[in-house]
Amino acid sequence: MPAVQASGLVKKFGELRAVDQIDLEVRTGEVFGVLGPNGAGKTTTLKMLATLLSIDSGRAEIFGVDVAAEPHRVRQLIGVTGQYASVDEDLTGAENLWLFGRIQGLSSKAARATASRLLEQFGLTEAAERRISEFSGGMRRRLDLAASLINRPPLIFLDEPTTGLDPRTRGQMWNTIRELVDDGCTVLLTTQYLDEADQLADRVCVIDQGRKVAEGTPDALKSQVGDSTLQLELAPGADQALARAVIVRVLGEEPVATPESGRLNVALAVADRAADVLIALREAAVSIVSVSVAKPTLDEVFFALTGHGTADGPAATVPGQSTSSLDGTSGLDGSASFDGSASFDDSATEVAR
Amino acid sequence: MSTVLAEPSLVRPKPAPPVDPAAAVARAKSRVGLRETVTQTLAMAWRALKKMRRNPEQFFDVAFQPLLFTAMFAYVFGGAISGDVHSYLPLLIPGIVAQTVLTTCMATGTQLREDMDKGVFDRFRSLPMSRVAPLAGPMVADLVRYLIAATLTYAMGLILGYRPGGGVLGVLGAIVLAVITGWSIAWAFTWIGTIARSARSVQGISMMILFPLTFLSNAFVPAKTLPGWLETFTKVNPVSHLVSATRDLANNGVLTAQVGWTLLTGLVVIVIFLPLSVLTYRRSL
Repeated sequence: MPAVQASGLVKKFGELRAVDQIDLEVRTGEVFGVLGPNGAGKTTTLKMLATLLSIDSGRAEIFGVDVAAEPHRVRQLIGVTGQYASVDEDLTGAENLWLFGRIQGLSSKAARATASRLLEQFGLTEAAERRISEFSGGMRRRLDLAASLINRPPLIFLDEPTTGLDPRTRGQMWNTIRELVDDGCTVLLTTQYLDEADQLADRVCVIDQGRKVAEGTPDALKSQVGDSTLQLELAPGADQALARAVIVRVLGEEPVATPESGRLNVALAVADRAADVLIALREAAVSIVSVSVAKPTLDEVFFALTGHGTADGPAATVPGQSTSSLDGTSGLDGSASFDGSASFDDSATEVAR
Repeated sequence: MSTVLAEPSLVRPKPAPPVDPAAAVARAKSRVGLRETVTQTLAMAWRALKKMRRNPEQFFDVAFQPLLFTAMFAYVFGGAISGDVHSYLPLLIPGIVAQTVLTTCMATGTQLREDMDKGVFDRFRSLPMSRVAPLAGPMVADLVRYLIAATLTYAMGLILGYRPGGGVLGVLGAIVLAVITGWSIAWAFTWIGTIARSARSVQGISMMILFPLTFLSNAFVPAKTLPGWLETFTKVNPVSHLVSATRDLANNGVLTAQVGWTLLTGLVVIVIFLPLSVLTYRRSL
């Protein structure tokens, strides 16, 4: 029996169809990733499945239990960790877990034991007696996830579990998610990060403007855009037509000109082929200012799948180089703390001018 | 020593058996039982009490209003209404008690609204818990507030020279009645808390209801001095019943039919607004 079986899900907010005819099947024991930019309908879909929003049309079952008809039973099968920590600011870590344990029918003693076990498991023992308002962002997320695991639900919803976390905390969160799966849990997570889906998910679906535009394994998704992208900046006055011809000859792939003048992006099936391109360009006497090889961003996946970039930002192909950092919420530019680590995480090796 | 940097341990203290979806589905109950509802309500009350203890500034209005209003009203209106301050006190104190308790009800509504806007309510909504508990829990904790408000008013009266004829038992009875009534009527404000868009609007709506109810009653002046139509209104105003019942208890030590009317009003409010509150809370999902 699938963990999640949903068909034709629709959610309308006024005129806006936030979720429009989405079908999902999540198999028991897998990590399923819902990938999409801000406002695509990821969170809305998740909230409908988690009984937090009513379903306008379509139906959904969690382990065969109908979400609309038996929400109370569904709530006993799921754990939900939201985008914003849903724990009580005025209580301490231990008090929060105790409270949620009591609400779920544990005796006072069992609730205390569970709380201390979870605090230890999530490395929060020393913060147990501190109020949440004194917690760092990463600690809050961990406590939030711990709170979702009190009654060991077989299905866990994670809404953008690592948005806004630094790379280290992000890695810890990934490990924790893998442990959950080893434990027999099924995980449905939403993310804006292609590499997160790649790292964790067995299967992903891509959502754009409330509709599902693709579904499959992360590898299948990536193969549509190549393993990585070669980004070239030609020297002023260099022959762009010649450069294009050389690239097509070497890779058999048409480069894409980016909004910045003199820049070309080419999908690489294998990152090693970048060297071939550079040698060929040099032999053709096309001079370049900078070169980088990066993993494809969500923007590029989107472009490949939908023919347009993410709705809320320019096609920022190089993390951290988006024109405006204030509205640069597209793909990888999502958060300040992640911005700084983009080159680290994406192994973008930039050869500066 | 930084806890932020502590690695979450990958080894569990006790390896638990793997999660079994089929067993979890079989275990899942389709509704919340009465015992669970009570446990959950008490857990929510515990949460509210913890929050009260950690944010004592929210007791400011509860503590300040009876002190300030009792003194102010006594010295300003005492001479005009009853000839002198001292003879006004038996009329005034029960009126202030009623007013204070009703104002405290308003805080119940505004705080619920504030609380519901916080992230933690998303978790309460996603947990398999009774839909009454998140509303009733804070109200159980609020009993403390009503008790403080009513007690402080009588204390202030005693300081100003009020000597209740009903004795200790009469005053205790009056305090208990005020607490029960406040708690019952608070359900109406809880409902406002669940329908309003913000804590501010809860406050606005509540004031609009409370001001006429408390002032167009016999709380501060003898009803006989009012024009006929207004006197009729004060007679059916539930606040008047609470004030009269409190006066009978505290000043004369007698249980009158007014106590019955007051309790009946409270019951009617609960019967109407408890289900309405739960309904809107459910809908807000």
